Amino acid sequence: MKLRVSRRYVPLLATLLVFVAIFCLGGLQYRAFFSLRVFTNLFTDNAFLGLCAVGMTFVILSGGIDLSVGAMVAFSSTLIASLTQLAHFPPFPAIALVLAIGLLFGLAQGAVIHFYKAPAFIVTLAGMFLLRGLGFVTSLDAIPVEDPFMVKLSTLAIPLGEKASLSFSACVLILAVVAAAVVLGFTKFGRNVYAIGGSELSVLLMGIPLARTKLAIYALSGFFSAAAGIVFTIYTLSGSAAAAMGLELDAIAAVVIGGTLLSGGFGFVAGSLIGALIQGVIQTLISFQGTLDVSWTKIFVGGLLLAFILLQRVFSQGMKKGGAAASQYARPAPSLSQAGSRAGDPAVGSTAGSGKR
Amino acid sequence: MIPRLRRLTSSPLTWPLVTLAAILLFNLLFTPGFFRVELKDGHLFGSLVDIVKNAAPVMIIATGMTLVIATGGIDISVGAVVAIAGAIAGVLVTRYHAPLLPVLVLPLIAATLCGAFNALLITGFGIQPIIATLILMVMGRGLGQLIIGGRVLWFRMASFEYLGTGYLLGLPVRIFVAAALLALLALVLRTTPLGLFIQATGGSAKASRYSGLSVGLVKFVVYTFSGLCAGVAGLVLTANIHGSDAALVGMYIELDAILAVVIGGTSMSGGKFNLLGSLVGALIIQSLTTTIFTKGVPVQFTLVVKAAVVVIVILLQSGEFRRQLAALVPGRATR
Amino acid sequence: MPEAPILEIRHLSKGFPGVRALAGVDFRLRRGEIHALMGENGAGKSTLIKVLTGVYPRDGGEILFEGRPFAAGSPHEAQEQGISTVYQEVNLVQNLSVAENLLLGRQPTRAGLIDGREMKRRAETILERLNLRVDVNQLLGDYSIAVQQMVAIGRALEFESKVLILDEPTSSLDAEEVEQLFKLMRKLKAEGHAILFVTHFVDQVYAVSDRITVLRNGELVGEFETARLPKVELISKLLGKALHDLESVATAKGEAADERAGEPVLRVQGLGKAGVLERFDLEIHAGEVLGLAGLLGSGRTELASLIFGIEKPDEGEVAVQGEKVRLSSPLRALQSGIGLCPEDRKSEGIIEDLSLRENIILALQVKQGWFRNIPRARQEEIAERYIKLLDIRTPSADQAIKNLSGGNQQKAIVARWLATQPSLLILDEPTRGIDVGAKAEIQKLILSLSDKGMAVLFISSELDEVLRCADRIAVLRDKAIVGNLGADQMDEQVIMRTIAHADKVGAEPR
Repeated sequence: MKLRVSRRYVPLLATLLVFVAIFCLGGLQYRAFFSLRVFTNLFTDNAFLGLCAVGMTFVILSGGIDLSVGAMVAFSSTLIASLTQLAHFPPFPAIALVLAIGLLFGLAQGAVIHFYKAPAFIVTLAGMFLLRGLGFVTSLDAIPVEDPFMVKLSTLAIPLGEKASLSFSACVLILAVVAAAVVLGFTKFGRNVYAIGGSELSVLLMGIPLARTKLAIYALSGFFSAAAGIVFTIYTLSGSAAAAMGLELDAIAAVVIGGTLLSGGFGFVAGSLIGALIQGVIQTLISFQGTLDVSWTKIFVGGLLLAFILLQRVFSQGMKKGGAAASQYARPAPSLSQAGSRAGDPAVGSTAGSGKR
Repeated sequence: MIPRLRRLTSSPLTWPLVTLAAILLFNLLFTPGFFRVELKDGHLFGSLVDIVKNAAPVMIIATGMTLVIATGGIDISVGAVVAIAGAIAGVLVTRYHAPLLPVLVLPLIAATLCGAFNALLITGFGIQPIIATLILMVMGRGLGQLIIGGRVLWFRMASFEYLGTGYLLGLPVRIFVAAALLALLALVLRTTPLGLFIQATGGSAKASRYSGLSVGLVKFVVYTFSGLCAGVAGLVLTANIHGSDAALVGMYIELDAILAVVIGGTSMSGGKFNLLGSLVGALIIQSLTTTIFTKGVPVQFTLVVKAAVVVIVILLQSGEFRRQLAALVPGRATR
Repeated sequence: MPEAPILEIRHLSKGFPGVRALAGVDFRLRRGEIHALMGENGAGKSTLIKVLTGVYPRDGGEILFEGRPFAAGSPHEAQEQGISTVYQEVNLVQNLSVAENLLLGRQPTRAGLIDGREMKRRAETILERLNLRVDVNQLLGDYSIAVQQMVAIGRALEFESKVLILDEPTSSLDAEEVEQLFKLMRKLKAEGHAILFVTHFVDQVYAVSDRITVLRNGELVGEFETARLPKVELISKLLGKALHDLESVATAKGEAADERAGEPVLRVQGLGKAGVLERFDLEIHAGEVLGLAGLLGSGRTELASLIFGIEKPDEGEVAVQGEKVRLSSPLRALQSGIGLCPEDRKSEGIIEDLSLRENIILALQVKQGWFRNIPRARQEEIAERYIKLLDIRTPSADQAIKNLSGGNQQKAIVARWLATQPSLLILDEPTRGIDVGAKAEIQKLILSLSDKGMAVLFISSELDEVLRCADRIAVLRDKAIVGNLGADQMDEQVIMRTIAHADKVGAEPR
C-alpha cells in the first residue's frame, strides 16, 4: 500500500538522494564541508538560480518552456541598479516596479504563445533577445550598487548557530518555494497547471479556463525571474546586463534533475529547488577540491541531466501516459474538433500535436 | 508577363531576397560608402565584404540546421560543439604542435561524433530533439574547457589561421569554406534521394513509414551532419580569433542559425526546406547587424532589432495573425 | 402515454467545403432510454454529436432540450446545460488522481485551499453511484481504460447531466468490462437518464439498447425499436441494401472452391495478433481480386496492416510467391513485392507539401535504396506515365499534391504503389470520399490490373464495389474472418446474412 502512493514521488526521492549523496561525499572528503554553514550558503549562493527554477517549474509542468529567464535576470538587475543608483528611486517602489515589469513581460509572452499559437521556444527566444538588448540599452557597463537599503539586504541574515545564517536571499528563496508548492499542490490554479501539462485538449473539454491559466503561468515565470534578478543584484551588489548568460539552461536543468518531466504534467517544485542546490553543491565541492577545473561543474550537471532524462523516458512509459503528450515546443494548442470518435469526420484531417519530433 | 511575375513571387526564395534587398537599398540610400569595395593588398574590403565574412559561420551552421529543422526537429547543441571543436584544435596546436591535417581533421571527427550522440538519443532512445540536444548544450562548453585545461588558449599557426582570417582571390577564405560545404551537400542532394527522404520525413513521418522509409535513419544522418557543420564553423571561428575560448566562442550562434533558417522559409514543423533561403537569412541577420554598426547606433540595439525581427517572423508565420490582418483589409482573401 | 422526448433534433443540417455531413436529420431521445446511434463511415454520427455539443455551429434545423431551444458554444457549455459527452479517448487528464479528475475546476475548498479530505469523500460518493470502488487518490493513468471511462461518466454525472452521450465507449474494452459498462448503463437508465450510445458493434446494440437510429451518408435512414428489428435487417439498413426475402439463400461457411492453379502470390497461414485480429488463413493468386467485406470495426484494415508489416503478428506464417517471408516492416513488404494503399490518405498517404511527382515516386525510390537515385528526368517520365494511365487531373506534375482534389490524391497514392510494380496490391478503401467519376475509374483500374496478372486485395465498405470487382470475397466481423464466398455465392444478401449470423453472444430478436 505504502509503496503505491510513493510511486509518483520516486523521481523526487531520487533527486534528494543524489543531493544527499553528493553532500555526504563532500563531507567525507573535506571535514569543513559537512557543516550547516556550507549548507545554508548553498541557498544564498544559488538563490537567483533557485528562483528562476521555481518560475520555470510552472512553465515546464504545463508543457511549455521559457528561454528568457536568464536575460530577465540580467535586465532586472540592470534596471533595479540604475533605478536606485542613477535615478535615485527609493528602493521599495523600485523593487515593486521591476517585479511588475517582469510579470507583465511574462504575460505578454504568454499571450503571444497562446493567442497566436506560436511555439513557446521561439517566442521566449525573441523575449530573450529583447531583454538582453534592453539591458544593454539601459546600461552598457555594470552599475555598482551602493544604495544603503540594498547593501543592508545583502548582509541581513537570520543566525543559525554560531557560524551559519540564513541570508535575506535564502529566505526569499525558501518562501518562494513554499508558496509555489502550496499553490501547485493545493489550489485550483495549481492543479490546472498540472492538467494542462497532461492534455490541453482535455482541459478545454473539461471547461477549465485554459487561456487565463496559461497566461498566468508565463506571467509567474517572468515575475520569479525578475525577483531572481533583484536577488542577484543584492548578491553581487552590481547590476550587469551581461550577467546570467546561459542561466536559462541551468534553470531547465534544475527543473529536470528535480524530477519534472520536460513534456509536462509530472513534477514538484521542491525538486527544482533540490536541482538548483545540486548544481550549487557540485560547484562548491569542486572549489573545495581546488585542483579540478571549474568546467567540471557543467559536465557533471550535463551528465546528471542525461541520466535523469533517460530515467524519465523509462518512467513516463511506465506511467501509461498514452503517447507523447502535446508539448508546446512546436505545436499550437489543439482545437475542439479533434475530440470525439475516430469514425471519420469529413472536415477534420489534422493530427493532434505530438511535440517536436 | 503576369504568370511569370506570379511564378517569381511564389518562389520560396522571393521573400528572403526581397528583405535582403530592402536592407541593402536602405543602406544604399542612407549610408554613404556602404557599397564601396576597395582592393588593398590583394584583398577586398568594404561593408559588403564584412557582411559576407561575418555571416559565414552562421551560414555553415545553418546548412546543417536547415536539414534538422526540415525533419521536424531542432539542434541547440551546435554552439557547444563549436566550442569542443575549437578546443581540440587549440590543444593540438599548442600542446602537441600538430601539423595542419590533424588540426583540421580531428576536431571534425569529434564534432561528427557529437552529432551522432545527439542522433542516438533521438532515434535510439526516442527522446525529443530539444531535450536531447539540451544535454550536449549544457555539457559541451564544460567539456571544451576541460580539454583546454581551464584557461583560454592563444596560439599562432599561420596555416591554420588562414582558414579564419586569410584571403583567397581577394575574398575571405571562410566564404570558400562555406561554399565548399554547400557544394558538397548539394552534390549529395543531387546524387542521392536524401533530400526527398528528409522532406518526406518532415512532411509526414507516418506516410513516410507507410512508404517503407526508415525515418530513424534519415534523422540519424541529419543530426550527425549538423554536428559536422558545427565542427567546421568551430574551426573557422577558432582560426579567426587564433584562440580557443570554450566559454564564449560561438555563443548564441545556434539561435542565429535557427533564426536564419526560419527567415529563409523553412517551416519549424518540418517538410520542404530551403537551403539557399537559410543562407540569405544568415545574410539578412548579418546585414542588419552591420547596418546598425555602421550607422553608429550603439551595439546594444542589435539584440533589440534581432528580437523585433523574430517577432515579425513569428507573427507572419502564425495563421491566426494573418487572419487578423486579413480581417483588417476589406475584401482581401486570406492565403 | 408517450412522454415528450427530453432531446429532440429536427431537420439538422451541417456542411463543410465539398461535403454535406448532415442533411436534414431528425433524432429523438427519451428519458430513461438507451438509444443507439449507428452508421458506417461518413454517416454523420460524429458530426451530429459535435453539432449538438457545440463544437460546430449548425447550418440549419433546430434542437430542443427539455422542450426549449438548445444552443451550446462548446462541449463545456453543453455540459453545464445538462448534456455530457464521454469520448472514446476519455478526454480526462492522466497525470492527476481519480478524485481530481472527477472534480477538476470544482474542487471543494477551505480557506482558499483545496480540501483534500472532502474531495476524497465526494469522489467516493460519485463513484459509489457507479458501483466503482477504487482508490480515488491514485493517478487516473494507473487504471485501465474501462475504469477511466467510468470516471469520465462519473464526472459527467457530477454535472447533473440529464443526457449522457457515450461515443464509442466499448472500442478498447474486453468482454467483461463491456458487461460492467452495460450494467452501469442500465442502472442509469433506471434512474431516468437518457443515454445516447454511439457504436458500431451490432451485438452490443442488441444487448443493451432500446431504440436504434441509423444514419447513412448524412441522412436519416430510420429510427427503430431494437426489439422489433431483426439483426440482418439492421445490417441491410447500415449498408443501404434492400433485404430480399430469400430464406433459401444459405450463409457461406468454410472455404470457397479454389480452382486457381499454381503457387499463390500470397499465402497466409494462422496469422493473428492478440487484440487485433484472430488467426486467419488467406490465399491470393496472380490475376485474382480478393475482396474483404465487413462492417466498420470488423478488422479489415487490421488484416492489411498485418500483411504489410505495419503490425507485427504474434503467430502465423506468410509466404510470398512460395517463399516464406517475415514481414516485419513496410520496407520488407515492399521489397517482397507488396504494396499498400492505406485507408486514411490524409495522414497515412499523401505528403501534403511535396509535389505530385515526388509523392508518386516515393515508394519506388525507397525500394531502390539510398544509393540508386532516380534522376529527375526519369522521375518526370514515371510521373507522366501514371498521370496518363490513371487520368490524374493536374496542371502539372510539380503541383503540390495538397492542391489536388481528393479523388486525384487517391489516384496519386495508387500510382505510388503501382510504380513499385508489386505482385500484390492491397487497396484499403480506395474510393472513400471521392467523387463518383473517380470511383468508377478506380474500379475499372482494379479490374484491368487483375487482367494483367496483378493480385489485388480490395477492401471496401461499399458492397457494390466489392461485388463488382472481386473474384472472391472474405467476410469479416468483430476482428475475425467469418466466411469465404466463391464466385457462385457472391451476393449482397449472402454477405449480409453471413455478417448477421456469425456465432457471437448477443440478443437476437425473436
